[in-house]
Amino acid sequence: MTTDAAITVEGLRQRYGDVQAVDGVSFEVSHGEFYGILGPNGAGKTTTLEIVEGLRRPDEGRATLLGKPSWPRDKKLLARIGVQLQASSFFERLTAREQIHTFAELYGISRKRADAMLERVGLTDKADVRQDKLSGGQEQRLSIACALVHDPELVFLDEPTTGLDPQARRNLWDLLRGIQAEGRTVVLTTHYMDEAETLCDRVAVMDHGRILRVGPPAELIGELGAASLEDVFLQLTGREYRE
Amino acid sequence: MTAQDGPDTREDHRTAHGAGGAARGPSGATSLRTLSRAMALGLLRDRAAVFFMLLFPLMFLVLFGALVKDSGASESEIVQVGDVAVLDELPDERRAELRGVLEVEKTDGSEEALDEALEDVRKGDVDAVVFQRADEVELRFSAADSVRAGTVRSLVDSIVQQANQAATGQPPAHTLAAQQVEDESIKPIQYLTPGLLGWAVAMGAVFGPAFNLVAWRKKRILRRLWLAPVDASSVIGARVGVNVVLALTQLAIFLGVATLPYYGLRLTGDWWLSVPLVLAGTLAFMSLGLLAGAWAKTEEAANGLAQMIVLPMAFLSGAFFPLDGAPQWLRTVSEFLPLTYLNDSMMGVLSRGESWGDVLPVIGGLLLFGAVFTTIAWRVFRWDDA
Repeated sequence: MTTDAAITVEGLRQRYGDVQAVDGVSFEVSHGEFYGILGPNGAGKTTTLEIVEGLRRPDEGRATLLGKPSWPRDKKLLARIGVQLQASSFFERLTAREQIHTFAELYGISRKRADAMLERVGLTDKADVRQDKLSGGQEQRLSIACALVHDPELVFLDEPTTGLDPQARRNLWDLLRGIQAEGRTVVLTTHYMDEAETLCDRVAVMDHGRILRVGPPAELIGELGAASLEDVFLQLTGREYRE
Repeated sequence: MTAQDGPDTREDHRTAHGAGGAARGPSGATSLRTLSRAMALGLLRDRAAVFFMLLFPLMFLVLFGALVKDSGASESEIVQVGDVAVLDELPDERRAELRGVLEVEKTDGSEEALDEALEDVRKGDVDAVVFQRADEVELRFSAADSVRAGTVRSLVDSIVQQANQAATGQPPAHTLAAQQVEDESIKPIQYLTPGLLGWAVAMGAVFGPAFNLVAWRKKRILRRLWLAPVDASSVIGARVGVNVVLALTQLAIFLGVATLPYYGLRLTGDWWLSVPLVLAGTLAFMSLGLLAGAWAKTEEAANGLAQMIVLPMAFLSGAFFPLDGAPQWLRTVSEFLPLTYLNDSMMGVLSRGESWGDVLPVIGGLLLFGAVFTTIAWRVFRWDDA
């Protein structure tokens, strides 16, 4: 185990009934790295991410974030990580500003900092709009702002650009690059190979609960003699339909 | 987007850590206040929820209260056709005594007026017709309602007897001092206020947490909070706080309306014991709401389940009408419902002068009930759909 790893995952296994959702996953993410987890639906990405974040206790193995185990729940550790969950997890009937103020206060952060974060994701003029009246892109930006409001060292983003139009996606990419440029470690799951290719320093391709291949996108493309990361993905995971 | 201001933020970040990483994260009190505010705003902005929890039960009180207001001891109404000496010459003092008991409407002495008045008696619009033929005072009443008929007969009889007695010029040899013991019996408003209030409190405390849990689980707020440095006790405490404030608001509004002169509820000595009772009731019913919310996967299921708990409980606990005439098995079922005890005790402290001694066992029972069902809810609880 290297001391400078932001995330160390060793031998995770998780079974749901007959399904071995995660089947011996190990990986490491360095400080300041942008790490992508790719895989078709049902590959075990979400479960892996949930275990790493500390939402679940694995049947076997362990995940260490910033040198601390992610299970059992450790509030001091949670104060140092930021999480954007799939779909918008917002409080009901609150405006954008009230949402981010609520999250800020839960982390002991001033409202001024929260307003600055809202400004940073370009939502100042939407501050008084209720979250359910925001567009998909605005909602995602608000969700990322809420994940970053307490200035976390480690950020988890679960499919942050799903359902967005190309403009909103590019916009969000800039934001995510900026987050990494500040020295944060970012872990991202996505279905978009172009996104992984432009943003990630390294990607892990998963299927059937296992990691099939890890490396920088360009290296994987070269090794497999593929034309793009998408081809790498299809070569590794096959072409049949997934659930 | 803002790569250039990155280093500043980073610097800021370092400083925050320099001050001691452990110092980060809010106190429990801050989380509690923040979550309470988020929940309260979410609730207040849901107009339908506010209506159902505050105004809907109040509507029942306003309407039922007005409907049953006069159903107790009501005054007798008679029509006097033409001159009747004993009534016309009634002393003022006696007239004052009869106010609220006997209302006399005088018409002219024509035959048409008499026919019309008799028709009114037949239809039950008035209780009796009185008129005078020579020295004979004649009373015509309908026997359809024997109680009213008896009342009006004895009233008019007593007036005639008193007039006879006065005519002798002698003081009465025997007098009867009679007084109605009305306040011992339960007036409808004394019954309705605690019953409907209990129902309102139960509704708020069951529906609120049930919907809240399901919605927050579906919207993944629970997950998000799990991943924030927040204690579960802050989340639960915030929900309890919101429900307690809601219940006390309901109590204040109900007592405010019921004590209006129009409804006429009179609070007796230790009525403020209704506050701890309502609080204990809120906790007891919240445990049922938590169970419903923990078990249900969708808002629809939570709604159905909450209805299934609240409505039958309200009927079977006698929140809407007394169960005195109900079959034994029903009354047995009723003895197992927390709302029965809450209603009974609330009525006791509000208008029958009950005190600590009567109320403490009920508060204890409600809290125990709450503890048992919270434990069950805890076991059923999932913070996630998967």
